[in-house]
Amino acid sequence: MAERDLRTVSTATNPDIDAAGFTVDSAVSSIAIAAPATPAGKPEGFSVVGKSTPKVNAFAAVTGAAIFADDVVLPRMLHGKLLRSTKPHARLIKVDCSRALELPGVVAVATGADIPVRYGILPSSPDETVLAYDTVRYVGDPIAAVVADDELTAEEALDLIDVTYEPLPSIMTIDAALRDDLPQIHANPRRTNNVHKEVHLEFGDMGAGFADADRIFEDEYFFEGNTHAPMEEHSVVAAFGADSKLTIWASTQTPHYLHRIAAQVLEMPASRIRVIAPPVGGGFGGKTEPFAHELAAAYLSCKTGRPVKITLTRQEVFYAHRGRHPVKMRIKTGVKRDGTITACHLQTWLDGGAYGSYGVATTYYTGALSTVTYKIPAYKFDGCRVFTNKPPCGPKRGHGTTQPRFAFECHLDAIADALGIDAAEYRKRIAVDPHSTTVNGLRITSCGLRECIDAAAMRTDYAAKRARKQKGKGIGIAASTYLCGAGLPIYWNEMPHSGAIVKVDRGGGVTVYCGTSECGQGSEHMLAAIVAETLGIDVMDVRVCSGDTDLTPVDLGSYSSRVTFMAGNAARQAAARVRSQIADVAAAKLGIAVDRVGFALRRVFDVDKPENAINFLEAAQATEAKLGTIAGVGSYAPPPGIAGDFKGSGVGPSPAYSYSACVAEVDVDLETGAVTVEKITLAHDVGRAINPDSVEGQIEGGVYMGLGEALMEEQIFRAGEHKIPNLLDYKTPTILDMPPVESIIIETDDAEGPFGAKEAGQGPLNPVIPAIANAVADAIGARVYSTPVTPEKVLKALDAASGGVLRLRKPAPPATPREPVAP
Amino acid sequence: MSVAPPKVLLAMHVNGADVECAFSPSKTLLEVVREDLGLTGTKHGCEMGHCGACTVLVDGVPVLSCLELAVEAEGREVTTVEGLARGAEMHPVQAAFAECGAAQCGYCTPGFLMSAAALLDGADGRTLTQPEIAEALAGNLCRCTGYTKIIEAVALANGRMAEQSRG
Ligand code: FES
Ligand code: FES
Repeated sequence: MAERDLRTVSTATNPDIDAAGFTVDSAVSSIAIAAPATPAGKPEGFSVVGKSTPKVNAFAAVTGAAIFADDVVLPRMLHGKLLRSTKPHARLIKVDCSRALELPGVVAVATGADIPVRYGILPSSPDETVLAYDTVRYVGDPIAAVVADDELTAEEALDLIDVTYEPLPSIMTIDAALRDDLPQIHANPRRTNNVHKEVHLEFGDMGAGFADADRIFEDEYFFEGNTHAPMEEHSVVAAFGADSKLTIWASTQTPHYLHRIAAQVLEMPASRIRVIAPPVGGGFGGKTEPFAHELAAAYLSCKTGRPVKITLTRQEVFYAHRGRHPVKMRIKTGVKRDGTITACHLQTWLDGGAYGSYGVATTYYTGALSTVTYKIPAYKFDGCRVFTNKPPCGPKRGHGTTQPRFAFECHLDAIADALGIDAAEYRKRIAVDPHSTTVNGLRITSCGLRECIDAAAMRTDYAAKRARKQKGKGIGIAASTYLCGAGLPIYWNEMPHSGAIVKVDRGGGVTVYCGTSECGQGSEHMLAAIVAETLGIDVMDVRVCSGDTDLTPVDLGSYSSRVTFMAGNAARQAAARVRSQIADVAAAKLGIAVDRVGFALRRVFDVDKPENAINFLEAAQATEAKLGTIAGVGSYAPPPGIAGDFKGSGVGPSPAYSYSACVAEVDVDLETGAVTVEKITLAHDVGRAINPDSVEGQIEGGVYMGLGEALMEEQIFRAGEHKIPNLLDYKTPTILDMPPVESIIIETDDAEGPFGAKEAGQGPLNPVIPAIANAVADAIGARVYSTPVTPEKVLKALDAASGGVLRLRKPAPPATPREPVAP
Repeated sequence: MSVAPPKVLLAMHVNGADVECAFSPSKTLLEVVREDLGLTGTKHGCEMGHCGACTVLVDGVPVLSCLELAVEAEGREVTTVEGLARGAEMHPVQAAFAECGAAQCGYCTPGFLMSAAALLDGADGRTLTQPEIAEALAGNLCRCTGYTKIIEAVALANGRMAEQSRG
């Protein structure tokens, strides 16, 4: 190994760093602002972190070797199918499976009464059973499960189950759910309507805030529901053994929560259940809670003593849903003449679908992060989630913050326009400051929001393009923030949010065990990189064992963008404990003080005299000889004191927040209303990029998903049924719809993040939708107040702006052109 | 026991090897490849011809295996993602996908690789334009990557293969 390499890593690894520690450059990479390369406690500098290398699990992915849940095949395995409701809302009078059981090849069936335990991902809304037993609440609600020798037989058996329904009126809109004269989807004696959750919060002096304002702006917006549509259809294999132990392989982002709820529903000790999360073929929040097919497969495996596989069809994936809530929003903001916000009142109405899911949290999230982006000294939030007879809504990438972010960023553009302030400049003026506390008690630490806005605006020549005012061409900006992990677990407990074990074997190989679920976000590589960096070995020297409740310490799951921050910190602590054992022994061997021991490039060396070195293998063996088996454990829990002190303060706090700014450039065809996005530029404050390629990948994926939500994706219903439960009619962007994306990485080196890292999985999606909407408004001189921004809505907006004379033959509506909003 | 029609025995050529396989004639090529031949690298995202995840090559041409009856593959050369590598050496497009980060969750990846391999192998060393690449991959959906790095990877593989063919 070359001495030169050692010296390179023993000083700053990043040539772009100037004397001040920061520099803006970037011909070479997407990192526009780089954090210092020699972090505290790491005198040898970085040798792994900050380098784009192929992900450790990329090789299995490109050879077809990765085993997803539906690829698991076991001897004597049965295949299961779910019978689903064909009625949006009905009482179940009778479910008769006798004819199905007579079909040759059918082995067992289950109905609601067999597994009656009520559960819910949030302990506050346990409103689901595995299979409906008295009421069905949406078309697609599971009623019965059949297992047979093969899938075809199971499917045939579904036709032989006789269901008698007594139809009830179906409630398909927010307005209908607020009415007092319709049946309740879930019986609730404390209410007369179908409201699931109401939240009312107020911070600061609202009266004084609005009284102080020079201008008050009020807007109404609607965000249409949409769904994750991961490419992998959900799948589960459950195997109950002769030892009375149950193993479940499931495409889940949250193996720990499936473990807990399977124990609860099957009334089995959790110690007898093992949940394994194989690689997940895309989640985006859609696989973060236990599903009927998973629990039914587990039950039927216990009942038959044979392994059971259930894989959903694409149509069933649309029914399983738990996706983006449709949300109506009303915002009222008071501002000074210079744009300073004096008070803000946000009201949201969420269409929750048939069950609670994460909906209580979603309701809070529609209000919780408003104050983390811009300074709002007085803030009032009223949220209301209702039940409707549609597939349940839940968390989708951006969980509950995406909808109000769309509304607020459009609203800000309107304010900036009215005050004659440039929209980018305006956002910088009111941006939150690093190391500050919001009016609702949220702690902000590192914050690169202004840097993101500057970078995105500079790179696109935003100011000049915004000034051109050429009909049909538009440019728009929006900014956002996101959590780096929810500050509280979803069920109350005082244990860590994430744990890791790092073990070194005699061959110098290192394994990290952590309960994370890899769903494409790069968690395996992140864990390997953090351990490799700490121990100074190559990332490919680290094997990752993840998502297995028998083998790995708990990680709460791949949601709320928590994995890098929380599992990364746990892995870093575990690896640091191993490092310190090896450093003690190596220091004696090298004849130096322990604080001079550095680890890099598979060597353990004197940082002041790098040629005084032993290799990692030798150091590990000497350590095992002296201290015994080498392993370290680590755990992470968020620090105390990051939340306010009020009911509902549990949603919103996070150990850190990421920041993003997006500039969209669009071309609008004024004849057809078609929007073509020509370019998206997105700057993201990720804290530190552990693998810059992976960060770019998350930005590009977020841009893609935001583009789909902005222009085409919508989960819509007709006569009680999902209108388009297939991938042809549910439009998602194809490769031909994708504009060029420029990713700009901003590093703010978060003091508590692992090596300074924050998150990139969700944050970059949020500003994309309003940036596109703002660009369209710039292009046509009128605004579309709802998503998706379809050609039809663009033409309507143009028509309304022209007073109805421009386009539509029929007279345009005289009053407000906007969607009606619930009371 | 099963409701499926009785099995037929078929001789097939899969990934360069002759195989005999007994399966119900109503099965799709996708089902036979995954369930009867155990080649689970080929994925499914819809089984209706909408997503491209099930793409395999039949006589070198990309087909959606969920829409093809397996009996139609009799006597033809079927290539799945498991057959892309030459021994231990990955196809250049596989290496490029790994290098560029073109696979996030990796579920759509086998389908993309097959579409891309057909395009690249048919290019005969010619440099492909970006629209040509995008056009060839337009039937494959990916929900993770935004396609950006997929195009990059195919272009990288194209460049390397062109270089190789020039010697
Ligand atoms: S599974 Fe064949 S196209 Fe989707
Ligand atoms: S990498 Fe996940 S769907 Fe393409």
